[in-house]
Amino acid sequence: MQKRNLKFFRAVNEALHVAMQKDKNVICYGLGTDDPKGVFGTTLGLRENFGPERVFDMPTSENSMTGIAIGAALNGIRPVMTHQRLDFFLLAMDQLVNNAAKWHYMFGGKHSVPITIRLILGRGWGQGPTHSQNLQAWFAHIPGLKVVAPATASDAKGLLLSSIFDPNPVIFLEQRWLHNVEGHVPAGDFRVALGQAKVLRHGDAATIVASSYMTIEALQAVKVLSKNGVECDVVDLRTLCPLDWKTIFSSVKKTGRLLVLDTGNETCSVASEIVARVSMELFSSLKGAPRRIALADVPTPTSPTLTKVFYKGAEDIVKAIGQMLRKDIPFEDLNNKSACPHDVPGDWFKGPF
Amino acid sequence: MKFIRMVEETIAVRYSESKMRCPTHLCTGQEAISAAVGLALRQDDFVVSTHRSHGHYLGKGGNLNAMMAEIYGKATGCSLGKGGSMHLVDKSVGFMGSTAIVGGTIPVGVGLGLSIRLHGTDQVSCAFFGDGASEEGMFYESVNFAVLKKLPVLFICENNLYSVYSPLKVRQPSKRAIYTLAKAIGCPAEQGDGNDAESIYQKVSRALRRIRQGKGPYFFEFSTYRWREHCGPLFDNDLGYRTNQEYLEWKKRDPVLRLEQKLLRRKDLSKADIERVERDISRQVAKAFDFAEKSPFPDASELTKDVFA
Repeated sequence: MQKRNLKFFRAVNEALHVAMQKDKNVICYGLGTDDPKGVFGTTLGLRENFGPERVFDMPTSENSMTGIAIGAALNGIRPVMTHQRLDFFLLAMDQLVNNAAKWHYMFGGKHSVPITIRLILGRGWGQGPTHSQNLQAWFAHIPGLKVVAPATASDAKGLLLSSIFDPNPVIFLEQRWLHNVEGHVPAGDFRVALGQAKVLRHGDAATIVASSYMTIEALQAVKVLSKNGVECDVVDLRTLCPLDWKTIFSSVKKTGRLLVLDTGNETCSVASEIVARVSMELFSSLKGAPRRIALADVPTPTSPTLTKVFYKGAEDIVKAIGQMLRKDIPFEDLNNKSACPHDVPGDWFKGPF
Repeated sequence: MKFIRMVEETIAVRYSESKMRCPTHLCTGQEAISAAVGLALRQDDFVVSTHRSHGHYLGKGGNLNAMMAEIYGKATGCSLGKGGSMHLVDKSVGFMGSTAIVGGTIPVGVGLGLSIRLHGTDQVSCAFFGDGASEEGMFYESVNFAVLKKLPVLFICENNLYSVYSPLKVRQPSKRAIYTLAKAIGCPAEQGDGNDAESIYQKVSRALRRIRQGKGPYFFEFSTYRWREHCGPLFDNDLGYRTNQEYLEWKKRDPVLRLEQKLLRRKDLSKADIERVERDISRQVAKAFDFAEKSPFPDASELTKDVFA
């Protein structure tokens, strides 16, 4: 197969084009959906191609616009909503939790609510307390919601297409720092099944479970670990609900050690759930206590001196694995990341958003 | 209207048997709106509703057996016993669902309106809600969007003066009517007597013609009164949040009796006709309760089914 590299944001854009082309019932709306920047480039060209009836900007009414998506979905429409930050969506938790998530169950399976809600997560550049929360654990806690968090361009496309054509409400989490990550992306109606993790690197020393942006940090970390003779499994969850327990369990059974990475706050996190369940069900397979790396239980700070200690990365992962193996593994900045400030994903990012 | 009344009052009588084990909000006294709007709508029009939804469901033609079985928590209920009194559905007649969060189905009704626009049919989506819902952000957001996109939505606000025990006067300025809020957003809106079935039918039918012509949403505020307690089968005027006198004043405007008297005066109906209708409804209601009582409860294995579609 010919390699066809695309950036993550282009992969999202392509998925939206494919979905709208394939099914006239797919509509796309959200604040800024058809503005000149097209939500970080992800919605560019949609209005031109599919018209203003199917692609439109919306009033700043997050809660009702979610209820409107639910109502439309009850009559065969497949709405894709976009919010430029997860934080802006919190007003809509009522419609999401009280209606979308349970409509199918509470009416005895008579209706389904096929809506996809794209939420973009901020990080760095002083995004601070209300522009960078990842509340993925909230969503994963609600019965009836699926939660998707891709890390690669190819998964962004494949998972978004599967989300749009899934009969259930899906929360699709896009880390802003991933938008420029590039990778091979198959053309056409390419889908990645929801609920399936992917083992990106193989090794016997430990299992590193990651998702979204922390998958990128995990891949950096295992390069350093590998240079030191330590090979780890990297399990990219891709879907946070339903979790792919089979893949997690089979990796932990092999390695006996578990480190879970999370892009949200630590307490009651998705990582907590994975650590708990592995401890309960695979206790005898474990060679040591499982660990997790997540954000401290504080609101996101703004100042760079504070974000530097707040966010975790490859160095923390290497250190944690070293401690778990009782091995002294020096960290090495293989990608020369320290040449660029810690609060941007790369020199392409000049802020402000 | 009589049908709704007799169903509600039978529930009230039999609720103390403790076999209907879910919060139940009766609409006795408010039936004219449900009956007249339901009659004015077409079967393929959509309705969404609230915690007090029995009248809306039955008015739209919802299946009585399935509703009673739902209230009894039975597997034959319209929501398979998973929803109860506050979560009714009958897709076959366009009753798309009722939920128990104040204002929560208003945007769902507008979304159904959006779907109608996208599919290019001449259906209408009707959202029922109460006076309390007009204090929710969703009310303004939803009316705004319906006006913005000229969606085929009929908003029906049943103003029964109380949000549980809180009177309207402690919640909204006394000289401002709810329908004027919709008007201010740009939605044609009017007020009407919610206990006069004939005038409701005429007003709503006129509005529906307008909506079907593509002229956008329409809003009604109908004044009415719930006779019984907010939730449950009893009368609660003894609590002191409203006076018995106020209740008696409203009872004089009983929508069912009013229509009967009008029809008798006009000789459109005879007393014998009314008695025959009552006997017929009694039989249907008795059969529905019997169906609900005799139906099986859901199997325990149902608990984990239907979380995902």
